[in-house]
Amino acid sequence: MISGRNLFGIRVAIAVALLGIWQYLSQARHLEFYLSKPTDIAGRLDQWISDGTLISHLQATVFVAIVGFAIGACAGLSVGLLLGRAATTAKVIDPFLMAFYSMPKVALAPVFVLWFGVDTSMKVIFVSLVVFFLVFLNTYSGVRNVSREQLTILRLMGARESDLMRKVVLPSALVWVFTGLRLSVPYALIGTILGEMMATNKGLGFLLANTAGTFDTTGTFATLVVIVALSMVFNALVRLAESTLMPWQARLDEQEVSI
Amino acid sequence: MAASKSGRLMSIPLKITPEESASSSLDRSSPLISFEDVSKVFNLREATFHAVNGLNLAIRPGEFVTLVGPSGCGKSTLLNMVAGLMKPTSGIVSYRGVPVVGINQRVGYMTQADHLLPWRTIAGNISVPLEISRIGKGARRARIEELIELVGLTGFEASYPTQVSGGMRKRAALARLLASDPETLLMDEPFGALDAQLRLAMQTELLNVQARLGKTVVFVTHDLDEAISLADRCVVFSSRPGRIVQVIETGLPRGRDLLALRFDPSFLKLARGLWETLTPELKSVERPT
Repeated sequence: MISGRNLFGIRVAIAVALLGIWQYLSQARHLEFYLSKPTDIAGRLDQWISDGTLISHLQATVFVAIVGFAIGACAGLSVGLLLGRAATTAKVIDPFLMAFYSMPKVALAPVFVLWFGVDTSMKVIFVSLVVFFLVFLNTYSGVRNVSREQLTILRLMGARESDLMRKVVLPSALVWVFTGLRLSVPYALIGTILGEMMATNKGLGFLLANTAGTFDTTGTFATLVVIVALSMVFNALVRLAESTLMPWQARLDEQEVSI
Repeated sequence: MAASKSGRLMSIPLKITPEESASSSLDRSSPLISFEDVSKVFNLREATFHAVNGLNLAIRPGEFVTLVGPSGCGKSTLLNMVAGLMKPTSGIVSYRGVPVVGINQRVGYMTQADHLLPWRTIAGNISVPLEISRIGKGARRARIEELIELVGLTGFEASYPTQVSGGMRKRAALARLLASDPETLLMDEPFGALDAQLRLAMQTELLNVQARLGKTVVFVTHDLDEAISLADRCVVFSSRPGRIVQVIETGLPRGRDLLALRFDPSFLKLARGLWETLTPELKSVERPT
């Protein structure tokens, strides 16, 4: 087993090697136009940070992604819990849900521009819709997979529906909910950036479209770096919430495996 | 309703002496649980099978009854019917003289799988029935502490079920079962997966608890020695469809030492009789000389 410090060292070495190859390729082979140099990208980021370009665009994107994510996740969780417990209703509307789910949500973006215009609210609604379906379907599956034996044991103790919900259904579905949340993070960003690329003059999506449109390869790559970093931060936050809300799962990971 | 229930629960102290439990307020002559001509048929996709056929049995309050017989003779079905999880196909299952309809909350059920909630600690799991009965936080904590001590889990309150051994999970399940203070304990091979020493310890624990709290216990097993050693009365079933072939009044003294009992002549005689009832074909193999 690799120790924590060695692991970090190995990763840094890999990153340095990759950047070195990248730098060499773009410099020695004159590929700057297609593949901007890492040193140029770093320089551009530094410039954007000092002149305030980065923070204003980042703010816009983070706001849309987080608000959209929060609305979509809450709605998905509530509807998933409700429908998961209402078996008959769920059965009736199942094909409709699947039809909506199967549709690539990205294809809805132009319609959303038509309905809600080009301002922030359109992007927030778009992102929350994308997140909603992922969280909803995972929560729903989680609720459907709750152990019937555990429910029965609690019913024998005189549990009401609210007891079952809080003590069994919700914690048991939480693992699934978090799967949905983790899947949603990149989709929330995709939705945000796509919306910004289509219609706006702020946000990382706009920056991406704008730099690419003016053949500013360094600017495009710098934006991509920021997007990747943002996505990693969001993922880390979800994982932190996961280990805080589900301590028993963390304990499970620490244990040695036995079968 | 909630108040009166919690009142009932907390008014019964966990530690009462055998003298007190003997003078139980219940009328010991009228049955607590009765099966009248009960049959249960399961309709599976391709076949129907009779789990229980025309069964009559009455269980008195405070009695420890074991149900023993080959696998698939409908013993668990009987427990499910007392708990109200299943309805008999014909006949009547009554509890306190009233036919069981829907979930019977006077009983506690413990199965071979402990069904502890993995997201709750040991103490948290024992707390579940108390929370359901809307018992206040202080009273809850005191009672959990008492139960933890009763089943010998002190020091493991904050562990999760996956972190402790199978025996400890079993103890936790027993503590949870007792927490809601059910009048009757339905136990379906609860100690089946335990090693011999641990099983003896749990059996002793159960007998002590039963004697102290005056519970009625219906205990399903297919371990013949266990069926005799725990029972006031041992009901022996034939294989499918389940019918009663024999009822053994063990007459073993209350507060018996289970380890000493294993070598006690009266126990051995009963156990031998039970073995011969359930495995008649072995008898003929036994003496070919």
